[in-house]
Amino acid sequence: MNAPGDAPAAFAPGPVLRLLPRLDDANRFFWTSGEDGRLRFLRCHGCAMYVHPPVPRCPYCLDGPLVPEPVSGRGVVHSYTVNHQQWIPGSAPYIIGLVTIAEQEDVRLTTNIVDCGPEDLYVGMPVAVTFERSEDVWLPLFRPVELPPR
Amino acid sequence: MSRPDLLERRAVVSGIGQSDVGRRLGRSDLDLTVDACLQAIADAGLQRDDIDGLATFPGAGVGTGGFAGPSSPEVQDALRLKLNWHDGGLEGPGQLRAVFAACLAVAAGLARHVLVYRTVTESTAQGEGGRQGIGGGGGGASSRGVPRFSGFLQWTIPYGAVSAVNWIAWIAQRRMHEFGLTREQLAQIALNGRRNAARNPKAIYRDPLTLQDYLDVRMISTPLCLYDCDAPCDGSTAVVVSHADYAPDTPRPALHVNAIGTAIRGRPSWDQFDDMTTFAARDAAASMWARTELRPSDVDVAELYDGFSILTMVWLEEMGLCPKGESGPFVEGGARIALDGAVPLNTSGGQLSAGRLHGFGMLHEACLQLRGDGGERQVPGSPEVAAVAAGGGPIAGCMLLTRGPAS
Repeated sequence: MNAPGDAPAAFAPGPVLRLLPRLDDANRFFWTSGEDGRLRFLRCHGCAMYVHPPVPRCPYCLDGPLVPEPVSGRGVVHSYTVNHQQWIPGSAPYIIGLVTIAEQEDVRLTTNIVDCGPEDLYVGMPVAVTFERSEDVWLPLFRPVELPPR
Repeated sequence: MSRPDLLERRAVVSGIGQSDVGRRLGRSDLDLTVDACLQAIADAGLQRDDIDGLATFPGAGVGTGGFAGPSSPEVQDALRLKLNWHDGGLEGPGQLRAVFAACLAVAAGLARHVLVYRTVTESTAQGEGGRQGIGGGGGGASSRGVPRFSGFLQWTIPYGAVSAVNWIAWIAQRRMHEFGLTREQLAQIALNGRRNAARNPKAIYRDPLTLQDYLDVRMISTPLCLYDCDAPCDGSTAVVVSHADYAPDTPRPALHVNAIGTAIRGRPSWDQFDDMTTFAARDAAASMWARTELRPSDVDVAELYDGFSILTMVWLEEMGLCPKGESGPFVEGGARIALDGAVPLNTSGGQLSAGRLHGFGMLHEACLQLRGDGGERQVPGSPEVAAVAAGGGPIAGCMLLTRGPAS
């Protein structure tokens, strides 16, 4: 943990230990979606809305069937924080982003923003998905799609 | 204006009590709770056998060490209470949900005098080990024997977003983007709390805090630093909620519940709620103001939850005590929120300096102020209306208390 004025710490893509989701029939499609490099969400075949987190029935139209469908993997940083507290001992500071997917304003993912230092990060930054495999899980992370404005 | 439809107006806070509050008191949660409860019962001018209702937030078995306090069955048995109504639980409009439930119980005639308590022993439980994130197993295990997570935590824990401070830091960062909030403005919540805590003998931190101290201290989760986070403590707070027809008989002034705010209209989620700058405080406050003829300008003292400083900024705006998006400029310099300011705020020092009594400290302090029992930190001019708010993110509840009955 560094006070302002100290030499900048190295930044990490995430916590030193990735605690993982427990896969079940409802979430497996999401957490393994990155196996082919694509991000997927449930989508309603009735009203065409994307639905996240997974639920049994479309919460918008309460009608149509929900099926996992690939999305572009593009999004925008809605907000972010640089975590310094060592909840998991040995972790260097890492960026926890909240990303809104390009397809739908009310679908967001908590994620880590990688390939980007905090000094280049901003609310509204366009990002694209990238995956980090850990055991049987492909964690969606996001990286900048263009150089930030200077 | 008589509003018989507003059932909460049939309730009063007839008594208040609070145990010792401190760091690592080394006493059990039940021990502290009994202290607070007996004080509240005596303060209400009642005997133990008069209590026929019991409620708590959140009830046992919730959260990490020292968070939950004793269960209502434990407290019932410790005091050998004979109950007509009882309630405990986590889900609902924030920490004050237990108080709201008690108000409705006395209004419905299910009980006449409800004891409501909230106890924390997080300081003793954490010992020297420091603050914990929100952990807890999700069931199942990976091949390495490391626990895996289900429910909401599955979406955050893989990314190291393991504490409310991470999610609440998003609120502050988003507000910096939308409203130009600065760290110097945010600091005023912490500095105001510390100034008031110096006048509160029970406060955890009473030494002076300067803006430079604030700017120099270590970051927890940007832009939130150590002084933006409340101080884990040990302590129990209790109130007695009675039917309003008991008000003439209380030894100390009974405080009237004018309106409660309980709404949540956005998605109940830390990362999916529609407006990250307000979260459910928007809905809770709107529902409260819809139930009263009072106006924000009538509020004489405001006790607004400061589990994290930014949450107080949100409540200031959503309660209508300053314009939307302008809480930063509003608190600048600290004069408007000081004890003699337009909106005296978190007069005990709040959770940032007086200790994380988890919402019930705000309620207790509002009662002290309305009774004129604030001692060195009493707000001048005999405050008549207090606003109390608790919670952050998708967890929010608020209420108005008045010294006299609604006219």
